[in-house]
Amino acid sequence: MSNIVRPYGDTTGDGMAQLSFTLPVSHDKRAEGAALQLAGKMGMDPAMVVHAKPMGPSHTFFVVYGRVKHLVELDRVKVVERDYPLLSAKEVNTLVKRRLRRKLSVVGACIGTDAHTVGIDAILNVKGFAGEKGLEYYRELRVLNLGAQVTVPDLVERARAEKADAVLVSQVVTQRDAHLHNVREMSAAFREAFPAARRPLLVAGGPRFDEHAAAELGVDRIFARGATPGEVASYLAHALLTESSSERTPA
Amino acid sequence: MSSPSRAPARTRRRPSKLALDPALARRARQLARRVGRPVVDMARSHTTVSVERAVLRLAGVAGADPDGIPWVNRLLDAVVADVGLDHGVALPVFDALRRDGAEATPAELTLLAQKAAAGSVRFDVPAGRAAAAAGRAARRLAKAGITRIDRRRAERDRLVKRIGDPPQRPWIYLIVATGDIYEDIPQAQAAAREGADVIAVIRSTGQSLLDFVPEGPTREGFAGTYATQENFRLMRAALDGTSKELGRYIRLTNYASGLCMPEIATLAGLERLDMMLNDSMYGILFRDINPIRTFVDQRFSRQIHARAGIVINTGEDNYLTTADAVDEAHTVTVSQLLNEYFAKEAGLQDWQLGLGHAFEINPDIPDSFRLELAHALLARELFPDAPLKWMPPTKHMTGDVFRGNLLDGFFNLVGTLTGQGILLVGMMTEAVVTPWLSDRDIALQNVRYVLGAAGNLHEDFHPAPGGFIQRRADQVLGEAVQLLEQIASDRDPATGSKVPLLNAIADGTFGIMKRPATGGKGLDGVVIQASDYYNPAAEILEAGA
Repeated sequence: MSNIVRPYGDTTGDGMAQLSFTLPVSHDKRAEGAALQLAGKMGMDPAMVVHAKPMGPSHTFFVVYGRVKHLVELDRVKVVERDYPLLSAKEVNTLVKRRLRRKLSVVGACIGTDAHTVGIDAILNVKGFAGEKGLEYYRELRVLNLGAQVTVPDLVERARAEKADAVLVSQVVTQRDAHLHNVREMSAAFREAFPAARRPLLVAGGPRFDEHAAAELGVDRIFARGATPGEVASYLAHALLTESSSERTPA
Repeated sequence: MSSPSRAPARTRRRPSKLALDPALARRARQLARRVGRPVVDMARSHTTVSVERAVLRLAGVAGADPDGIPWVNRLLDAVVADVGLDHGVALPVFDALRRDGAEATPAELTLLAQKAAAGSVRFDVPAGRAAAAAGRAARRLAKAGITRIDRRRAERDRLVKRIGDPPQRPWIYLIVATGDIYEDIPQAQAAAREGADVIAVIRSTGQSLLDFVPEGPTREGFAGTYATQENFRLMRAALDGTSKELGRYIRLTNYASGLCMPEIATLAGLERLDMMLNDSMYGILFRDINPIRTFVDQRFSRQIHARAGIVINTGEDNYLTTADAVDEAHTVTVSQLLNEYFAKEAGLQDWQLGLGHAFEINPDIPDSFRLELAHALLARELFPDAPLKWMPPTKHMTGDVFRGNLLDGFFNLVGTLTGQGILLVGMMTEAVVTPWLSDRDIALQNVRYVLGAAGNLHEDFHPAPGGFIQRRADQVLGEAVQLLEQIASDRDPATGSKVPLLNAIADGTFGIMKRPATGGKGLDGVVIQASDYYNPAAEILEAGA
């Protein structure tokens, strides 16, 4: 199997791609030329402006189709592969019962000024997400959802009071990189408040996070767009309860 | 006070399409009244720091200290430190002013606030003739503030008459949110030129939990722009210009929610905002604000909105984003009925009730569009004279912008087919980015296409008698009545409250969020009124209601 692929329009290897963007120029012949120039510089050759529409007096929106000359080398693609087995709710419960002999305590919150609880609710609420029940549904997990706009000191305090094994924080708002600042602040506070061996597992999630950034943000794991409760529960079980979990080195 | 600037309720009543059982609808309203009445009694016997600060704002206290803390906060804090909150702020303040030998004017009041902040004023609770004199002065200035609100309402009526309303229904509602008021203004004007009839300036995330209203024009916020009196004034003035240019009056919306709801409602009235988001339970359930604080603040803010001719928008869409839109459809109806009861009790009229609901059913389930139609028609027929605010899909917008645009098209179709009054324009990039220029244009193109192609389709649309849509609407109303019955009989001894709705909220009846009346943010700003409590603004508003 070839390691080199190109975008697929209607024929293998044709390299066809679609692109849309707005330029801050009024709509005329020159604007369409400008759009073609941009497409060309982006590696589209030949490119076709299939749609151009004025957005007010001084902007134009374009849809461009064309052939890109770039090649994709599959053997050089880097992703975070799931490095833990996906377990059913029953398997997670059994694992907790056998290894921990008590309930596994999970505390979740949206921190900072972020009021969007959609993410944390999708993971924690019984209702769940993507057809999977949330963590509250797991008999052997004790879940406390603190909701929105929880301050970092409050979160640390509640995590201590609940003897949290894992702390989940969700961040949706990304204006001025608020999600990154907030998660860094949170992980620093937990490191300060707990000795390394006693610190709860720190998990951050939200639609705009980069899964690779866990170490940089000081957390154990990041879940990005589309993460499901089952994945999160499986990860918690894996990280906290399996042999390899003793290898967890606080970053 | 009559108003020609009606929100877009239907001008003539359409024949019923659902054949709802009128006895069941009557029963639902009776239950809403039974559930709501004890809450109103509770609201009338309490006051909050924000209600009292709203009184000071009406009386003319303005500005903030060098740290940005408003003088109303500094003055109120000084009064509370000396005599507590339970007598109200009016008598101690106007008594201190009189003892100071100062005339009762807004300027002298603000000066008193500055002196009080410096610790050079002592407050007492006056009695006898001193109390009567202080009360008269307080009433005179509160009345002056309310008269300013009345004038702004009359001004709106004149402008609407001269410039005109949007030619079509529903009105098209677009959101602007840059964080910087000076960026918001050109964006709002551009949105109006592109077709928006209503501009909402989203507030900075977290403002709902501030116990003061920021001052002045603001240039930074998080995912929104702070609600301040100056920002209100700047945006309204800019949109007045755009209204004249376009030949339709562009309405301005903001948010009367959170800990400062009564003050923000007051500022909205003073600066002629036209619509305010104002839900009876949203702060409790979704922001964990203390339930009693919320209900007390709610009632005062709704009285102000009633007086100011402001259309309120309620927040039922929130129920559907956290719960399943099919299983929990009846919670929307229950919330609409409670919002209607609380609104009318506070003096709002049908044309001011932008009761909310949303297109949030999972598009993958069979017949999702028919279910949406049934739910939207139910709201339309249960509240035939309310404008209704129709909100677009958010929960099932996945980042697939092509599918998102299709969903928004179906959302628009339900909106026009069921005669919704205010249509919040859905963005295909919901959950991806804050809308780009082109996203907004594509979204408005979608709305224009649907309204143009199918705007009159409601004339031909008659759900089959006894068919799927009629049965579904009937079922949802039945479930709403059941839930109201359950709330009305909630006598949970654990919470010990005589207000069934508080018990129900504490039990987690609305979603899984359990909100006891003894918890939540802002509880320390609530007191039971003393026997000599006096609030001149409430007195005037009650009389006018």
